[in-house]
Amino acid sequence: MFRIVHTRQLSDAVFEMGVEAPAIAAKARAGQFLILRVAEGGERIPLTFSDWSAEEGWIRFIFMRVGKTTHQLSHLQVGDALTDVVGPLGVPTHTEGLGRVAVVGGGVGAAVAYPVSRAMCDAGAEVTVILGARNADLLILEDEFRALPLKELIIATDDGSAGRKDLVTAPLKELCESGAIDASMAIGPAIMMKFCAATTKPYGVPCVVSLNPIMVDGTGMCGACRVTVGGQTRFGCVDGPDFDGHLVDFEELMSRQRVYTDDERLADAEYHRECSCGP
Amino acid sequence: MRAVDDTGSPVPPEKPRHKPARISRTAMPERGPEERARDFDEVTLGYTEEMARAEASRCLQCRNATCIDGCPVNIDIKSFIGGIIDGDYHEAVAILKERNALPAICGRVCPQEEQCEAACVLARKGEPVAIGRLERWLGDFDLACELEHRCVPEVGPDSGKRVAVIGSGPAGLACAGELRRFGHAVTVFESLHATGGVLTYGIPEFRLPKHIVQAEVGLLEEMGVEIRCDVVVGATYTIDELMTAEGYDAVFIGNGAGLPMFMGIPGENLNGVYSANEFLTRVNLMRAYEFPKADTPVWRGRKVAVVGGGNVAMDAARTAKRLGAEEVFLVYRRTEDEMPARKEEVHHAREEGIEFKMLCSPAEILGNDGFVTGLVANRMELGEPDASGRRSPVCVLGQDFTIDCDTLIMAIGTRANPLLAQTTPDLELSSRGYVLADEHGATSKRGVFAGGDIVTGSATVILAMGAGKVAARAIDRWLKPGAE
Ligand SMILES: Cc1cc2nc3c(=O)[nH]c(=O)nc-3n(C[C@H](O)[C@H](O)[C@H](O)COP(=O)(O)OP(=O)(O)OC[C@H]3O[C@@H](n4cnc5c(N)ncnc54)[C@H](O)[C@@H]3O)c2cc1C
Ligand SMILES: Cc1cc2nc3c(=O)[nH]c(=O)nc-3n(C[C@H](O)[C@H](O)[C@H](O)COP(=O)(O)OP(=O)(O)OC[C@H]3O[C@@H](n4cnc5c(N)ncnc54)[C@H](O)[C@@H]3O)c2cc1C
Ligand code: SF4
Ligand code: SF4
Ligand code: FES
Repeated sequence: MFRIVHTRQLSDAVFEMGVEAPAIAAKARAGQFLILRVAEGGERIPLTFSDWSAEEGWIRFIFMRVGKTTHQLSHLQVGDALTDVVGPLGVPTHTEGLGRVAVVGGGVGAAVAYPVSRAMCDAGAEVTVILGARNADLLILEDEFRALPLKELIIATDDGSAGRKDLVTAPLKELCESGAIDASMAIGPAIMMKFCAATTKPYGVPCVVSLNPIMVDGTGMCGACRVTVGGQTRFGCVDGPDFDGHLVDFEELMSRQRVYTDDERLADAEYHRECSCGP
Repeated sequence: MRAVDDTGSPVPPEKPRHKPARISRTAMPERGPEERARDFDEVTLGYTEEMARAEASRCLQCRNATCIDGCPVNIDIKSFIGGIIDGDYHEAVAILKERNALPAICGRVCPQEEQCEAACVLARKGEPVAIGRLERWLGDFDLACELEHRCVPEVGPDSGKRVAVIGSGPAGLACAGELRRFGHAVTVFESLHATGGVLTYGIPEFRLPKHIVQAEVGLLEEMGVEIRCDVVVGATYTIDELMTAEGYDAVFIGNGAGLPMFMGIPGENLNGVYSANEFLTRVNLMRAYEFPKADTPVWRGRKVAVVGGGNVAMDAARTAKRLGAEEVFLVYRRTEDEMPARKEEVHHAREEGIEFKMLCSPAEILGNDGFVTGLVANRMELGEPDASGRRSPVCVLGQDFTIDCDTLIMAIGTRANPLLAQTTPDLELSSRGYVLADEHGATSKRGVFAGGDIVTGSATVILAMGAGKVAARAIDRWLKPGAE
C-alpha cells in the first residue's frame, strides 16, 4: 500500500497528489511516469511524475478527472492509500546539452512540462515556456513556472481570459520564425502535439513530444501502447514516452486512444450510480 | 528364517505384491463444450479418489520405470503412484514435492503426452498411465488439506544470507521455495501487482484456476518467502543496487520472456488487433471478463481471428469464445500435425467450436475507420523439412483470400524483454537477447543466476520450475562460506 501524503485541487477537474514511495522517489527523472491502481479490481493507469523528493521519499503527480479511475483518485485524501504504484517507467526526457528551447504545456500537460522545464533549466538551457489552456480557470502551475529561471513564460488561452487569446502554436511559430529557439518539446493532448510538430517542422526546429497511448503493464509486456514513429512500430512505455514529433503518426495515436470510449463511459456511469457523487 | 538387516533387527515383511489392474485408462470428467464455452470456470473436473485409485492400479510399478526419464525434473513417478496404490496420500505428495513444488499446476498444464506419459511402458500399447491427472489429483488433495496438514517443505536453519529473486513465475517461485529449504532469506520482486507470472496473466482461469496459483504462493509465504509486488527490477532497482545498497548476497533472474512479437504486416496497429499477451492480460490479470465490475475493458469481438498454433493461440481463441464471439478462427501456417499446442487443448478448442484454418499465413490486415475488418491471408503448402525437421510452409502464389473479423489476436511468440538487461551491462546475453547461463544457472555476473524462459526462450512451466530449483542449489553452493 502506498500512503497518500498530499492532495491539492488545482482547478475544477485537475488535482495534485503526493504518495509515499521512497524507492521510486530515489529514481524518478523528469519525463518518466508511474502506473497506479487505486484499489483491488482497479485499472492500471499511467501518470507522469510532476515532482518528487528523494530525501523525503515522496512522489507527486497531477491528474485530470476524466473517467472512473481518475474520479476515484480525486476522492482520496491524505492518510488514504493506493493499492499499487509502480515506477519509474519510461525513458527520462533528454534535458542535457540543449541550447535555447521552447517547452509547450497544454492543459494538464503543464504537469509534465513543469519538471521537464525545471530539469532543462538546471542543465543550463535557456527555456521559454508556453502554457496553454481553454480558459484562465483551467490554467495550472503558473506560480511554479514563475519561480523557475525561465527566459520567458508565455500564456495563451482560447478565450483570452488569461495571457494571449491564441492557440499555443501561435507563439511557438513566432519563436521559430524569429530564430529564437533551437529545439522544442510539446506535452498535452495528442491534437495539440500534432499541431506543434507541424508548426516547427518547416523551420527545421526539432519537436519532441511526450505520447500518452493506452497502457496496461507499462513494462513492454503487452504492446497496448504501440505507436508508429517513422513508419516503425514502437512501444510507448519502454521506447518512449518521448518521440520525435515530426515522425509520429498522430492520427493512429488518436484513433487508438479512443478504442474503449464506449466501455469507459459505461464504467464511469456505473461508478456514478454506485457512489452517487455526480460527475 | 526371519530376515534381519546389518544391525540384526528384523526387517518388516515386504508389502504384498501389487497386481496391476487390466482396465482401460480412466477418463477425467469434464464439463460439456456447450456449457463451458460460456463461462470461465474450469473445463476439466479432476479425478475423484476412486478414479485416482483405479488409475493408479493400472501402473505396473516397473522395475525399470522409464516414465521417470520422461519427466524433465525426474519425479519419482513410480513411487508416488505407489503411494496412491497404498492409500498413503501424504507420502505420495511428499515424493512429488521432493522434485516439483507445484504439482496442482503441473498436473494441469504439463504437456504430459510428450513427456512422462510418452515414456510410460504402457504408452506402447496406446494407453499410458494418466500420470498428469494423478499428479493433479494429489496436488489438489494437498491444497484441500488444512494448512497444518499440508506438505510444507522444511525450512533450513537461518544461513544469514539474503537472495533476491526477480520474477514470480514458475522459475522464480520454485527457486524461492528451494532457497528457503537451504535456510536463506528470500525476497521475490515482481513487476506486476500480482504473483504467478504467465500462470496468472497468461494461462486462463478455465485451464488453471487462479486460486490454485495463489494457494501455492501462500505456501511459500508460509515458508518465510517475502514477496514484493510492484517492483520493476531495472527501473525501481537495478541488479547492482540489489547487491549493494539493498544488501542481497545473490540474485536469481526469472523474469520470463514476455515481450510480444508482431508480424510487421500492414494494418497491425489497427484497433482490435491485440498481442495475445495484451488480450490475455486484460482478461486474466485484470479480469476484464467481469467488466464493468472490474475496471479494465477488453474489445469483445464477434468474429475473432487468432494467428498462431501454440498453447497461447488456443488460450486466446477459447477466451475470445467465452467473451461471446460468434465465430473464432485459428489461422496457422502449417497443419494441425505441426501445431505445438498440447493435444488436449487442441481437442478442447475444436469441441468448443473454434474453426481451424490451416496452411494460411497473414499478409495484411484490413481496416475501416481505424478498426480491423478483416485479414488477407496467403494460402500455404508444406515444403521440404527445415533444420528443425518440420516441413516448412511455402506460399502458394495467387491464392490470397480474406477472412472477415473484427478482432485479431497475434499469438506468434514472445521474446526477451530488454528492460532488465539494459541496466545490467555486465550480464552476457545471447544474440537474441536471452541471458546466457551454464547448466547450473550461473551467469557471467558474479552472484547472479538465471533460469526459465529468460534463458531458454518460451518453454514450459515444468522446465522453468526445474531451472529455478537447479539454480537454487547452485546459489546455495555459492553462498556457502569459503565457496567462490
Ligand atoms: C505515459 C502517460 C503519461 C500520462 N500522464 C498523465 C498525467 O500526468 N496527468 C493526467 O491527467 N493524465 C495522464 N495520462 C493520461 C491518463 O493515464 C488517463 O487520463 C487515465 O488513464 C484515465 O483513466 P480513467 O479511468 O479516469 O478514464 P477512462 O474513462 O478510463 O479513460 C479516459 C481516456 O483516458 C485514456 N486512458 C484510459 N485508460 C488508459 C490507460 N490505461 N492508459 C493510458 N490512457 C488511458 C483513454 O484515451 C481514454 O479514452 C498519461 C498517459 C500516459 C500513457
Ligand atoms: C498463454 C500461455 C499459455 C501457456 N500454456 C502452457 C502450458 O499449457 N503448459 C506449459 O508447460 N507451459 C505453458 N506456457 C509456457 C509457460 O507458462 C512458461 O514457459 C513459463 O511460465 C515460464 O516461466 P518463467 O518463470 O520463466 O517466466 P514467467 O512465467 O514469464 O514469469 C516471469 C515473471 O517475472 C516478472 N518480471 C518480468 N520482468 C521483471 C522485472 N524487470 N522485474 C520484476 N519482475 C519482472 C513478470 O511479470 C512475470 O511475473 C504458456 C505460456 C503462455 C503465455
Ligand atoms: S511434472 Fe509434468 S512431466 Fe513431470 S511427472 Fe508431472 S506431469 Fe509428468
Ligand atoms: S512406466 Fe508407466 S507403468 Fe511403469 S512405473 Fe512408470 S507409470 Fe507405472
Ligand atoms: S503498456 Fe504494455 S507494452 Fe507498453
